Amino acid sequence: MTDPNQSNEAPSRGDVLVAMSGGVDSSVAAALLQRDGYRVVGVTLKLWGGESDSGCCSVSDVDDARRVAQQLDIEHHVFNFGDDFDKFVVDPYVADHQRGHTPNPCVECNRHIKFDKLFRRADALGFDMIATGHHARVVTDPDGSFRISRGADDLKDQSYVLHMLDQNQLGRLLLPVGDITKEQVRELAAELGMRTADKPDSQDVCFIHSEGGRKVFLGDRISLRPATLVDQEGEKVGEVDSIELVTLGQRKGLDLGGDVGRRYVVDIDHETATVTVGHKDKLLVAGQKVENLEWSDMELSGEFKVQCSAHGRVLRGSLDGSTIVWWQPQRRIARGQSIVLYRGDEVVGGGIAGDAIEVQNDAANSDVAPNSAVPKSAVPDGTEDNGAVDDDAAEPMVASDFT
Amino acid sequence: MAFYLDNAATTGIRPSALEVMVPLLAEEFGNPSGAHRMARAANRVLDDARETMAACLGAEPGEIIFTSGGTESDNLAIQGSLTARPGIAVCSAIEHHAVLDPVEHAGGRVVRVNEDGLVDLDHLADCLAGSEDVPVSVVSIMLANNETGVIQPLDQIERLVRKLAPEALLHTDAVQAMCWLDVAELTARADLVSVSAHKFGGPKGVGVMVARSGKNVEPLFRGGGQERGRRGGTHNVAGIAAMAVAAKETVAERATQVPRVSELRDRLADGIVSTVEGVFETGVTSPAELQPSDSTKNDKAKNEAKRINKIANICHLCFADVESEALLFLLEKDDIMASAASSCSSGAIEPSHVLTAMGFDRQLAFGSLRLSLGYGTTEADVEAALNTIPPAVQRLRERA
Repeated sequence: MTDPNQSNEAPSRGDVLVAMSGGVDSSVAAALLQRDGYRVVGVTLKLWGGESDSGCCSVSDVDDARRVAQQLDIEHHVFNFGDDFDKFVVDPYVADHQRGHTPNPCVECNRHIKFDKLFRRADALGFDMIATGHHARVVTDPDGSFRISRGADDLKDQSYVLHMLDQNQLGRLLLPVGDITKEQVRELAAELGMRTADKPDSQDVCFIHSEGGRKVFLGDRISLRPATLVDQEGEKVGEVDSIELVTLGQRKGLDLGGDVGRRYVVDIDHETATVTVGHKDKLLVAGQKVENLEWSDMELSGEFKVQCSAHGRVLRGSLDGSTIVWWQPQRRIARGQSIVLYRGDEVVGGGIAGDAIEVQNDAANSDVAPNSAVPKSAVPDGTEDNGAVDDDAAEPMVASDFT
Repeated sequence: MAFYLDNAATTGIRPSALEVMVPLLAEEFGNPSGAHRMARAANRVLDDARETMAACLGAEPGEIIFTSGGTESDNLAIQGSLTARPGIAVCSAIEHHAVLDPVEHAGGRVVRVNEDGLVDLDHLADCLAGSEDVPVSVVSIMLANNETGVIQPLDQIERLVRKLAPEALLHTDAVQAMCWLDVAELTARADLVSVSAHKFGGPKGVGVMVARSGKNVEPLFRGGGQERGRRGGTHNVAGIAAMAVAAKETVAERATQVPRVSELRDRLADGIVSTVEGVFETGVTSPAELQPSDSTKNDKAKNEAKRINKIANICHLCFADVESEALLFLLEKDDIMASAASSCSSGAIEPSHVLTAMGFDRQLAFGSLRLSLGYGTTEADVEAALNTIPPAVQRLRERA
């Protein structure tokens, strides 16, 4: 990079390509790197060409990113990764819904777009490092291997959606806002007079318009099938317009009549177009298969902290082959969600939720953990997990993880 | 320092053109529509410029309408014709968006082009056959394409239009042609002609639409009656004067610039095509010749013969397995300014509608590169591009 505008006289710490979404986190990430002596170039990825209002890569987001780059006096480019985004994120998202899975598009975007396509592009263009505005940290373990660790801001931690990064990627990744809180990010942005300082966080899947939501998006692409709602005894209790929009654990929007107490979606059978509702205890399972399990560095076994949604609770379990066995029965994880394994605050691996392992006997209603051989005290720190089902955790996980 | 090879996007202003602007902005700044001495002085400047532009474009002074540039001229031609004589608008699929968008917006017909980027005359004939009750109102075919540089056979097109749609106006967008072709002669039989000053060393924000006598169109802007009511709005006197200076200089030096620039362009194109595998030059070689085993690709004589059909300054290439935006980034690192195709409003590069119309697949269209030379281009610019492009392409193919 021989940018004559680069005012930095000190020797550079390297050339960094910063993915700038037009949001506050990546704006500040670029500023922090520049302050730390990196030669910084910003890039905004144009991912979605269709209608959307909730995510990034709208023209106004590109404008915001460009304006911030101008303020910092760094180069700014726009890369059009729309075709790859369709192929690796949007099309699989639709196909997953069609076969009854609950995909996590943010994870797939990170896996295929930001940390694969963009990494290769950055490499070809001669950059040493890539940076994003994710709230997470890259740490180096005593053996020299890299790990993703939780960000300084508990509530904004995004380590979950970065779990797929391997040693090669982690060794070239900078996450400048991982050491500070969201509030500090906003303060810094305000101090620097950035127009993105007060910009709201992105909330939903970036390619889905908030007005029509998943229903319109999927309905435009696949034919949605009606399904029958039955209770645990197989008795019909209602109907839904589209089985593709039903999520495991869902309670709201089922239109169940009668005074039968709260009932949740406990099973979805796409083949027969049948949705079973029942008591929340019926959601509890003893374990869950983990498909496509990948390790950050070397393969590990034994006990892990486990997270199954972007900002979900920390669960505890032990890995038995490719099955995570919960210390206490846990709510069934929808197929397609990512299951991320932690040691302490560090991500050590992750995969995609497969079939659940049903609870044997009636341990689900007991306070005794099914695998009580593992003492709770084995994991001394962190969030305690009571094995209950969140009433409000029923919606599919679609958090603000495009940064 | 920059090696500027993006003259089809815009050019720097000619010093002589710049020189006339400042006094017209700072001292002799009268409004030509007024009555006093300063207004009359401005009007004199305007009339002089009008005569100059008329001479450069082969028109009468009264046929010159000053506009804000190419996009306005094109819109005036399409929309103004449709309003004046309701009917169907027809244009080619490779027109600049300033023509294509208004035609499509009006539900017009779009004529196909062949693999070499030339208008399909048979399809044009089909499109000109108006229905019983709705005649063709305006036909717009550009003189030279802004991406490929391919020159359209305007004489044949004109004959077809007169024969099959005698009531229609024929418009040609000559924006890219001004420096390289005898626009006055080639557009002599067109009814409406667009040019834009900043493509030939004038300032941005000023242009001309020629409307032949008796071939008037309805104005886009009504207002103070300027341009005989054909285009309201206070005249951009300094811009118009500078445009006239630039046009005069452009026409005067055409005979020397065209062979000079065309030789530089050939050196550039031959240099890249002969050293890089998997590249084709639009309008010259075809994707079928991408295979390295095909020796015809490097047939210099054949290539140069086919380049006769392109304006002198454009070297337009498509690289297989390369994405333009990455290539442009590497070029910029070596201070080479070039462009790919069109950009959308976000600044992201989209596959060109021109290449799509020529039948190239999306992947190949994503690998386009336009190097456009200009009156200021030197051997050093060409050498810089020749040194940078082959290794850059190789690097991207290996690593991206």
